[in-house]
Amino acid sequence: MASYTDKAGRPIVVVTGMGLVTSLGQGKEDNWAKLTAGKSGIHRITRFPLDSLRTTIAGTVDFLSDSGRTAPDLSEQLAQLAADEAIAQSGIGSKGNFPGPLFCAVPPIEIEWPQRRILAQEAAANAAVTYDDLLRAAETHDHGAWHERFLYGSIADHLADRFGTRGQPISLSTACASGNTSIQLGVEAIRRGDCDAALSIATDGSVTAEALIRFSLLSALSTNNENPAAASRPFSKNRDGFIIAEGAGALVLESLEHAVARGAKILGVIEGVGEMADSFHRTRSSPDAKPVIGCMRAALADAGVSPDEIDYINAHGTSTPENDRMEFTGMSAVFGERIGSIPLSSNKSMIGHTLTAAGAIEAVVSVLTIQNGRIPPTINYETPDPAIPLDVVPNVARDAQVNRVMSNSFGFGGQNVCVIMTGEPA
Amino acid sequence: MSKRRDVWITGIGLVSSLGEGLEAHWAALNQGQPVVDETGFSPYVVHPLAKINFDSQIPKKGDQRQMEPWQRIGTYAAGLALDSAGIKGDKEILGATDMVVAAGGGERDQTVDGAILTEIEKQPKPDVFLNEQLQSNLRPTLFLAQLSNLLAGNISIVHGVTGSSRTFMGEESSGTDAVRIGFSRIAAGTSEIALVGGAYNAERRDMLLLYALKHLAKAAPWSPVLRDANGVPTGSAGAFLVLESPEHARARGAKPIAKLSGIWSERARRGEDGAIEATLATMIAGALGDTTDGTAILSAASGAPQPTKAEAVVLERSGLPVRSVTDRVGHGLEAQMPVALAIAALSVSEGRLFPPLAGETLEKPFDGPLKRAIVTGVGHWRGEGVALVERID
Repeated sequence: MASYTDKAGRPIVVVTGMGLVTSLGQGKEDNWAKLTAGKSGIHRITRFPLDSLRTTIAGTVDFLSDSGRTAPDLSEQLAQLAADEAIAQSGIGSKGNFPGPLFCAVPPIEIEWPQRRILAQEAAANAAVTYDDLLRAAETHDHGAWHERFLYGSIADHLADRFGTRGQPISLSTACASGNTSIQLGVEAIRRGDCDAALSIATDGSVTAEALIRFSLLSALSTNNENPAAASRPFSKNRDGFIIAEGAGALVLESLEHAVARGAKILGVIEGVGEMADSFHRTRSSPDAKPVIGCMRAALADAGVSPDEIDYINAHGTSTPENDRMEFTGMSAVFGERIGSIPLSSNKSMIGHTLTAAGAIEAVVSVLTIQNGRIPPTINYETPDPAIPLDVVPNVARDAQVNRVMSNSFGFGGQNVCVIMTGEPA
Repeated sequence: MSKRRDVWITGIGLVSSLGEGLEAHWAALNQGQPVVDETGFSPYVVHPLAKINFDSQIPKKGDQRQMEPWQRIGTYAAGLALDSAGIKGDKEILGATDMVVAAGGGERDQTVDGAILTEIEKQPKPDVFLNEQLQSNLRPTLFLAQLSNLLAGNISIVHGVTGSSRTFMGEESSGTDAVRIGFSRIAAGTSEIALVGGAYNAERRDMLLLYALKHLAKAAPWSPVLRDANGVPTGSAGAFLVLESPEHARARGAKPIAKLSGIWSERARRGEDGAIEATLATMIAGALGDTTDGTAILSAASGAPQPTKAEAVVLERSGLPVRSVTDRVGHGLEAQMPVALAIAALSVSEGRLFPPLAGETLEKPFDGPLKRAIVTGVGHWRGEGVALVERID
């Protein structure tokens, strides 16, 4: 009889359900087939006019019906699809009755331009339009539904209603590390004994013209517009920025004991999570990579494993000059000379950077990597960067037995969170 | 299940319309008059931030320029909390301090928005015009001053808090849950010291607009929220608490201000009649336990009609002495539970309750020694929170 607790005596936390939506498609099966075939989901943007934009490509999710949606509408739909898939796979609870809390990473939310324009027109100001005019229009018209839609908590609230999760859901952001934080909160709650199961979701459907322009103004985005599929080039010498993208990942987390008791199929184990904040700069990482190193080491310590026991790294690998170099520096310190021979790949080479959702999507892909014994490649790796010599599983998927994965996520605001996953418990 | 540890509040940083720091707040709470602006954001009433010398907690002007007011308020309050706990500048402790911040989003550039809205409908291609205007007129760094998690980011940069950094959104509940997660980790023994809290800038029309869409922003004149419940009187405020295990505090010779004995977060199904009342009453009963001795309720009620009327009913039924935090400092949305907890901890550490406010009929004189304060935080739209703070003698 295997133990239900880990080396530290805490409940073992397992994954029993996973769901995924990216620009490549809906569901694990479709995504996995395309990821292992080295397909790119990056394409020319059609959602808004591209005139005067420096970047005209993205990994938007355009295959869902319904137009005229706001960012929270799309983000909610993506989250819902991913969670539907995850819960159905896990078979946990009953319809509309999930036996645990919801931790939901959501993108920035605010009233958007179509709503502002309607208010401005309703206000019919004689002179220059100000927010006082918008306020007057809001008070004299009935736009109550917008209030709810543009609250930060509304996505998670609607999901809590749909899935019947317990208590008040937590909406969270640690920028581009949010997906990993949503998993971390679930793992901690189960380990504390607060609950037997948790639903972790991270979603991002926020590619609007203004969002694109904001990242563009920070010089974060690739401008390799000519060939969209070839634009995301993590760890390549000619990488020039990330590709903004959309998607959602969802994981059903459970204590091993709870999963075994109900006869659930166990897909993987979340062995450890580590985090460390960086105080160096708002958008740049500390040049000595100390916080990144500390975050990876904290994850290893939390999992109770040594660097030698990591078989594969699902890298943050955004394709920005800065991130990929810093990630290499950090990994070199943690893994030593071995870093050059550990297979490592960036899912973002194919699906772009799904920002808030990235960590959860990559956790799902990491577990699929373990389950299938097949590593998705880093595509567009034509010109290696000699300064960062890595085995990035270039361009073609590789069959390999993978027992344990480290998945990195780093974000603006000094956010670093690292997750360690294995297959079935010993 | 592992044994739970006590959680102490060893530091408090508080800024609001009443001033900065615990002493100023205690004096103002006893003096009894709220500070309100009934004309600057007409027709609405807001509680404006007291005059603050931000340089004293955010010495670099360059840092201040990178922040929107809500971030400056929060970073300032966080600095006060670290000072109050005696850990400011202590790299070793700050490097292991876990941070959970409740935050919304930052202020838009209302001048740019207004200019675009003035011209956009006259354009042959409005969306193209919008791209051009945003591309050339948005300040690149404004984005960072708007991102929710950049309050935490700024606290890391300015004060060096780097143990961990998490940001919760979701309006009032995010404040309750930020404290709850920091509390739970210390109680469970997976964290020794945490900085938890939030900040809100009420003096902005884009935030008032969000309330106005549902006709929830409180119009002037100011009036007591539990009595009238006719709108949300927003207030600029920031509050951070340093939570700490007794072992960790004792080892560094730190004294507790109060004990955080519990904090609970719930989600009533508000579509059902009486749901808020039932949920809140159960939560208060749980916090109260089997004694009412020396116990008062500090309400963080928003002033939104439905939830505030429901809360007032429950508070009246409880028979306990009640004080409205919102009457004194306004409603700080994500920051409201941390603000109310700061005032609750301050009150139990003083050992008495501040006097009732004229007009707030639920508030009755209470002269007995105050040992415990229950804080209620019912969201203006969703989410119910309750916390219990106890005096340590």
